[in-house]
Amino acid sequence: MSFTGHYTYWVTIFLMIAGLYIVIARGNLVKKLIGLGIFQTSVYILYIAPGKLIGGTAPILAASFHTYSNPLPHVLILTAIVVGVATLALGLAIVVRIREAYDSIEEDEILEIDRSEGEAQ
Amino acid sequence: MTTEHLPALQVVVPLLAAPLMVLVRRGTFAWLLAMLVSWATLAIALALAFQVRADGPISYAIGNWPPPWGIEYRVDGLNSFVLVLVALVASVVAPYARASVAAELPRDQHYLFFTMFSLCLAGLLGITITGDAFNLFVFLEISSLSTYVLIALGSNRRALLAAYQYLVLGTIGATFYIIGVGLLYLMTGTLNLADLALRLRDVDEIRPVLAALAFITAGIGLKLALFPLHLWLPNAYAYAPSAITSFLAASATKVSVYVLLRYYFLVFGVPLVFVRLPMAEVLIGLSVLALVSASLVAVFQRDLKRMFAYSSVAQIGYITLGMGLANQAGLTGAVVHMFNHGITKGAMFLLLGGVSLRIGSTRLERVAGLARIMPLTSFGMVLAGLSLIGIPGTAGFISKWYLVLGAIERGYWGLVALIVASSLIAVAYVWRFVEMAYFREPEPSAAKLDEAPASMLVPAWLMVAACIYFGLDTSFPLDGARLAAQVLLGAAR
Repeated sequence: MSFTGHYTYWVTIFLMIAGLYIVIARGNLVKKLIGLGIFQTSVYILYIAPGKLIGGTAPILAASFHTYSNPLPHVLILTAIVVGVATLALGLAIVVRIREAYDSIEEDEILEIDRSEGEAQ
Repeated sequence: MTTEHLPALQVVVPLLAAPLMVLVRRGTFAWLLAMLVSWATLAIALALAFQVRADGPISYAIGNWPPPWGIEYRVDGLNSFVLVLVALVASVVAPYARASVAAELPRDQHYLFFTMFSLCLAGLLGITITGDAFNLFVFLEISSLSTYVLIALGSNRRALLAAYQYLVLGTIGATFYIIGVGLLYLMTGTLNLADLALRLRDVDEIRPVLAALAFITAGIGLKLALFPLHLWLPNAYAYAPSAITSFLAASATKVSVYVLLRYYFLVFGVPLVFVRLPMAEVLIGLSVLALVSASLVAVFQRDLKRMFAYSSVAQIGYITLGMGLANQAGLTGAVVHMFNHGITKGAMFLLLGGVSLRIGSTRLERVAGLARIMPLTSFGMVLAGLSLIGIPGTAGFISKWYLVLGAIERGYWGLVALIVASSLIAVAYVWRFVEMAYFREPEPSAAKLDEAPASMLVPAWLMVAACIYFGLDTSFPLDGARLAAQVLLGAAR
């Protein structure tokens, strides 16, 4: 149970925190979505890495093989990737509409426009 | 023959209707289909609920792959109740949506609206019926993605930013959930919820399980707007199209509450969540904060939609409060409040949709003298408001009664006082509407306006009537909620 033995987990956690940090810290709507993408990607590794056994083969029963990798996490993550792509596509589509409506994709500028509009009412 | 496939049809029918609407591209066709589909899902949900009450839980193996290897759809006393709530709300909102959507959206977007509505319905029903942790995530995302689109369809441009913010927070929530499920899968090697519960008992290394519990709590907490994770909710509800506000307020958050209930009581189990960890204290503490703070914020809102959106955050607090009490009375209160708050807030937002259609705004100062212009709408809102407060004779009273019983059983007398106090704050914000609508003269420009069209008023009043009916004849929701509470506490299956 050494540091290197767990390195996939360290990669996962690094990506997770980095992604989440970008989402929180950046005001640009597209950059936020990039952070969100990185955050979701970390989960792919979280699932896939433990499914692989070193020296394991695809789970096809044969006399010469005794260790098999688990294919289920891969299948699950295939679904999760589709979900991630759909989320990103929808997010970007909404950002396009926001830019059309506000002529800006900076969160603080948009909130400022909304606020001044609210006072005018 | 078909009855054995009802669990699959519950989800498949609305799911298949959605692409059909896109292919035909006609608003009227899409509306008719959406209405038919939601009524069909209600019929299926009721059939399943009665079957469960008569014969016990139903297990359905998708594609005939036996659980725990294949995906299992499992209907028991808890989720059959939630299925009925979601399908009921959808079948009231669908006929209502026609006139409301016609006024709020451009013509060429109507069929897309109903497509997204059907997808969202399929997602919510799927979350509720599935017995598989990963399948639940997929349905969660189906319902969430369609919800983001529906919110972005709102006519005010602020709807776009509300949808974007909800998309970011919702995705973080769903990803947290899937991290939690991943950790559980690493520890047990199964995704079937029932199987997961069995195998978790034999897990010695408890720390990853605790991490999973934390991730799932935070993730689902975001989706159900558990205080203080509710920040996406007021804007999303305020700027979404009226029909969608009503649908979401009445069903989406309730489904997430159901997921949390299922994980706490039927997967992790009471010994871990409530004995080993102080989750009861955490839940009760957050619920109390939600009750008091969100109610207070609601009092000072100047827009009725926002006011009742904040009130939703407070009302969700009642549900999580019952969850934290974790006894028969408290859980009965929590589950029955899912239903009662669903119909009450559903009715309120449906009526508000009529207001925004006629007046063009739901801002408090614009509804001055509303009782003269739209007497039926105003009176309906007062009745729904009474149910929100929890006046005896309305549905809201029943749930608060059980919550108070649950709190007394635990000996939390302070909590009883807080439940009553937060109801009094609800009086304050409902009164602000009553004062505006009944004791002010309408503006001259508004005096000539009409009552909302019948196609909107009838569904809305059906919901209002339900608030009163289920306050007097409580047998249907209460029997369901009692059974659900027994399922949660392991006293029934």
